[in-house]
Amino acid sequence: MSAPPAAPGRAARRPPPLGGFSVTVLGLEVRRVLRNRRTVLMTMVLPVFFYWLFGVTQRYDNTSVGHGNVSAFVMVSMALYGGVLATTSGGAMVSIERALGWSRQLRVTPLAPAAYIVIKMLTALVLGAASVAAVYLVGLLTGKAHMAVSTWVATGVIVWLGSLVFAAFGLFMGYLLPTENVMQVLGFVLVLLAFAAGLFIPLSQYSAGLRTFAKFTPLYGLNQLVHAPLLGGGVDVAWLANAAAWLAVFAAGAMWRFRVDTRRV
Amino acid sequence: MTARAEAISLRGVHKHFGQVRAVRGVDAAISPGEIAALLGPNGAGKTTTIDMILGLSQPTAGSVSVYQMAPRQAVSCGLVSAVMQNGGLLRDLTVAETLRYAASLFTRSAPVPEVLERAGITAIAGRLVGKCSGVEQQRLRFAMALLPDPELLILDEPTTGMDVEGRRGFWTAIRQDAGRGRTVLFATHYLEEADAYADRIILMRHGEIVADGTASQIKALAAGRTVRATLDEPDEGALRAIPGADRVEVRGDTVLIHASDSDAVARHLLTETAARDLEITPRGIEEAFLALTADRAGTEGRE
Repeated sequence: MSAPPAAPGRAARRPPPLGGFSVTVLGLEVRRVLRNRRTVLMTMVLPVFFYWLFGVTQRYDNTSVGHGNVSAFVMVSMALYGGVLATTSGGAMVSIERALGWSRQLRVTPLAPAAYIVIKMLTALVLGAASVAAVYLVGLLTGKAHMAVSTWVATGVIVWLGSLVFAAFGLFMGYLLPTENVMQVLGFVLVLLAFAAGLFIPLSQYSAGLRTFAKFTPLYGLNQLVHAPLLGGGVDVAWLANAAAWLAVFAAGAMWRFRVDTRRV
Repeated sequence: MTARAEAISLRGVHKHFGQVRAVRGVDAAISPGEIAALLGPNGAGKTTTIDMILGLSQPTAGSVSVYQMAPRQAVSCGLVSAVMQNGGLLRDLTVAETLRYAASLFTRSAPVPEVLERAGITAIAGRLVGKCSGVEQQRLRFAMALLPDPELLILDEPTTGMDVEGRRGFWTAIRQDAGRGRTVLFATHYLEEADAYADRIILMRHGEIVADGTASQIKALAAGRTVRATLDEPDEGALRAIPGADRVEVRGDTVLIHASDSDAVARHLLTETAARDLEITPRGIEEAFLALTADRAGTEGRE
């Protein structure tokens, strides 16, 4: 029993670089997400369907808005909706993984908690990109949405990067709600937030009181920002402030819960 | 001690959860190459102790080191790995993908096919984890723990919920692996498991170590042995006076002497009396376990 261990020498053992982050893990995470039918349905099929319903089948392609048409406007809205759904569910994966006990399993590997969060955020961004791409692709193929090529690119990139705010939201909620069915709750919350921010119904249809309220909800800033290149009316500082403030709130909340969580697990 | 570092060193370790004192002053050292069992009933503080050895929680007082490092650092370096009681798996990855995932986290890792083979799950490598049986999932956890080729392997109640056959197969795999010189610490509340697979048993009760030794030492410690002999017209008082005798029973010409030092009693009987047909039997580990972990005082501590 006193034979020396066959394992590599103690001195040769080192913690992994980047806290264990690697492209291998990211690739497997993305593959996992795309294997989940409910996630694909919710983040890719649903926004495309909504766009089809509200932006393609209606006679919107003749009505121009800013530098494009209404169909393009709706497409950008639905891409944002899909993007935030995707990044939220990406972030909320921590909830499922905690409920399953996978987080605990990972704690006995060299994976650093911060690297785990980075992996979740990047997975959320990949999922967000896939969702935005799906809506834009259908927009392109149906030929109803009209705007300049640069506007397609600009709105797409803003939607994608802006949806990162909701990756932080998903993460925060994922730590807050310890349940495997967290996305059923968050999916509903996002619908409410989308209505509140005028993403499904233009704010001009709301009463003055509701319009004021809308300006303080989390999707308001993003909804305004993503349409800015299309409408061409410039950028209001209040929009940026709204997005930045909510990002700060969600990120701080996620950090707080994350700290509590890593102390305990 | 000298140059040889202990694999695990626990010094004056306490862990409190609010009012609950789960671990109350544990001192223990596990040397490299030992196969030790942490034995105790539910609530003895086994899992709490293991969590501290793995760096999952911090002791309220005292210190824990693994190969003279902080536990978390030892885990980061791949020196220690564990099969945990309540560690979950991702249902939407296959067995092989799960291992590739875990393997990528270590600086050095054994090849996935090799680990699959050693855990006996090569045949189900392509199966989704969600479709695997409990025993198969436990073997996957074992395979994951083998990836860094750790010097210390910790298993927390690894066979809970397995049937007899599954349990035996699982231990065969672990036993084969331990033959390579790995240090193993496992928690269990199955007495037979501790008896059959460990070189050393650390018995815990209410957050304290109540006994520490080989299986036979543990048995002797709790209940000693029973010396049985045939003796014509036995004198109970004289028998009770034999050094080392704890309790004497006389049934006709048969005497039963429960002794902590059975050797001394046997020697006395054979040399000083006319006793014949001498028999010495150890008490079962089951009895030892019950005797040592019986609820003597108030109940404190919980797992």
